[in-house]
Amino acid sequence: MTTPGNTLNTLNTTDTPNPEFINTPWRDPQQRPFIEIEGLSKRFGDFIAVDAVNLKIYRRELFTILGGSGCGKTTLLRMLAGFEKPSAGRIRIDGVDVTDLPPYLRPVNMMFQSYAVFPHMTVYQNIAYGLKKEKLPRAEIKERVGRMLELVQLTALSKRKPNQLSGGQRQRVALARALIKQPKVLLLDEPLAALDKKLREQTQFELMNIQDKLGITFVVVTHDQEEAMTLASRIAVMDAGDFVQIGTPSEVYEFPRNHFVASFFGSINLFDATVTSVDAGELCVLLDDSDTEICTRYEGELAVGSACKIGVRPEKLLISTERPAEQGNTITRGVVEDLAYKGNRSIYRVRAQNGRIIMVSAQNKQRSAHLPLEWDDEVYLSWPSDCSVVLTA
Amino acid sequence: MNRPSTFLYSVLCFGFAVLYIPVFVLMAYSFNDSRLPTVWGGFSTRWYSALLENEQILQAALLSLEIALVSATFATILGTMAGLALSRVGRFRGRSVLTGMIAAPLVMPDVITGLSLLLLFVSLQELLGWPGNRGANTITLAHITFSMAYVAVIVQARLANMDQSLEEAAMDLGGRPFAVTRDITLPLIAPAMASGWLLAFTLSLDDLVIASFTSGAGASTLPMVIFSKVKLGVTPEINALTTLVIAAVTIGVLISGWFMLRQLRAQPAPP
Ligand SMILES: Nc1ncnc2c1ncn2[C@@H]1O[C@H](COP(=O)(O)OP(=O)(O)OP(=O)(O)O)[C@@H](O)[C@H]1O
Ligand SMILES: [Mg+2]
Repeated sequence: MTTPGNTLNTLNTTDTPNPEFINTPWRDPQQRPFIEIEGLSKRFGDFIAVDAVNLKIYRRELFTILGGSGCGKTTLLRMLAGFEKPSAGRIRIDGVDVTDLPPYLRPVNMMFQSYAVFPHMTVYQNIAYGLKKEKLPRAEIKERVGRMLELVQLTALSKRKPNQLSGGQRQRVALARALIKQPKVLLLDEPLAALDKKLREQTQFELMNIQDKLGITFVVVTHDQEEAMTLASRIAVMDAGDFVQIGTPSEVYEFPRNHFVASFFGSINLFDATVTSVDAGELCVLLDDSDTEICTRYEGELAVGSACKIGVRPEKLLISTERPAEQGNTITRGVVEDLAYKGNRSIYRVRAQNGRIIMVSAQNKQRSAHLPLEWDDEVYLSWPSDCSVVLTA
Repeated sequence: MNRPSTFLYSVLCFGFAVLYIPVFVLMAYSFNDSRLPTVWGGFSTRWYSALLENEQILQAALLSLEIALVSATFATILGTMAGLALSRVGRFRGRSVLTGMIAAPLVMPDVITGLSLLLLFVSLQELLGWPGNRGANTITLAHITFSMAYVAVIVQARLANMDQSLEEAAMDLGGRPFAVTRDITLPLIAPAMASGWLLAFTLSLDDLVIASFTSGAGASTLPMVIFSKVKLGVTPEINALTTLVIAAVTIGVLISGWFMLRQLRAQPAPP
């Protein structure tokens, strides 16, 4: 099927994966996006739930949308599934404009936050429903449902009604039911929120395995950053109806664009700083209350003399009683105020000379009954300068 | 909880006694051999046999049943449609007004409903030459009109409790709106429709006032016959008849309760 918007896209883009970018199709300028969202907005009266977002998702990606409560994740997903009519913008899936298609004509299936398993049907009937609506022959339905039941390990329970299942089993019914039509895209709205921690971790890997086996593009909504990091090929961080940053888990963790993203993924130490020089992607700043100058990679726009913040993850800091080597390091001094032993690592809270608290997370590599440091020890804190992140806002 | 105090317990017993002693006395006297309602003359089922030979009462009972069956069925169909429209067709102009109006017949005095329907039928007859002679047909129409409101309210309450993502999920899996209603919505509200039907059926059997207003010369429903007979004095035959009606209503209530119970059980525990 062709649409006017489509022809333009196919001119210089391709659908066949480039081996060089097989695991990172978003880096391949020639690759055609599988899902394309352009200027998509949703208003409820005066309230803007989704604010003109643009997004490209590629074939076989496991894309997660992460954000706090009420930031518009579900609304965005419901627009992709067709339950919510966008106030503006277009959605293309596999080159076809689906913006005006009703849910039952979209090549998309959704797994609901509440699972929405049909209570009056057995497990088998629930999973077979989508195929029955396609009017497939009985034998084929039976065969495909049988295989799907095996995939989600529910064969023994196929005759049960949903109220005779546990939460985790019901969740697998919902997943199987959404997968059976082999949609081009599977949308999952907080698929694991109702499970306990252990089951959730186990299911995360099951989900990744299933996605790998079936080669379906997954879009997963979650508000659990750890889950997003585990699952995702890429993460889109959302706030107040808009994306703040889109990138791989390590990109959003190591190179957060702003304070919001940085503090969303784990903790980060912040230092006030002033820009001293800008030069072709490298930015030098002077930490306030000290004479330490840091030069690091930065792609944004900041003028010389403007204020910014420098962020450093706790595990990037090295804590020592002797002064570490100067070369390439940023060094500051402080006093251990608090420490917590966590087995594999220890957390130190160090009061710097300017009174600010700095968190340090240190691996406990040595086997020893006592910690190398004690309360009130004078210590040096150092970190490789290129581990500093320049943060605005 | 503590053990219920003796006082509360006796109050409860007293309340139930006030409610049920008259009914049980009446039922007992339907088996009384004596013609005098106040004198016990031994056990007998003669009034039940006499009842079976009373053409007038049998006719009226059959008519009442017929009206109740037809009106309950139509009221269920129309009421379900109204309930579906009010809770599923999204927002439209005048929706809240209509939601209020659908419940109004529930609190309207029967006299007013009956009188307004009578006036409607009379003017329709003058304008269109329809509905012809007033009788079973007009009573049925009247009963559909007021019991439909009960069905609509019951169905709407059920739909409001139902997770709307069930219907969305069905649509997501390729169900067109009609198929979704047939496969998902109707099976899930079926218990509510069944209890709505039973309620409409009982309301119709029970109704005296509206039927009296809208009936014509020929047609008399069972309540109308009982009422006119009682004016001439209570006979053991009436006792027997009422006992039968009570038995029928009890069975109806039990079935309705069973449907409700099943509906509660069918709902999965919330996650
Ligand atoms: N039908 C609606 N009418 C009005 N406002 C709505 C409607 N649906 C959602 N909203 C609002 O839009 C915003 C985004 O809602 P949404 O359900 O997308 O949040 P979410 O990101 O999924 O949050 P959560 O993590 O809590 O599920 C919320 O502030 C919500 O109040
Ligand atoms: Mg949500």
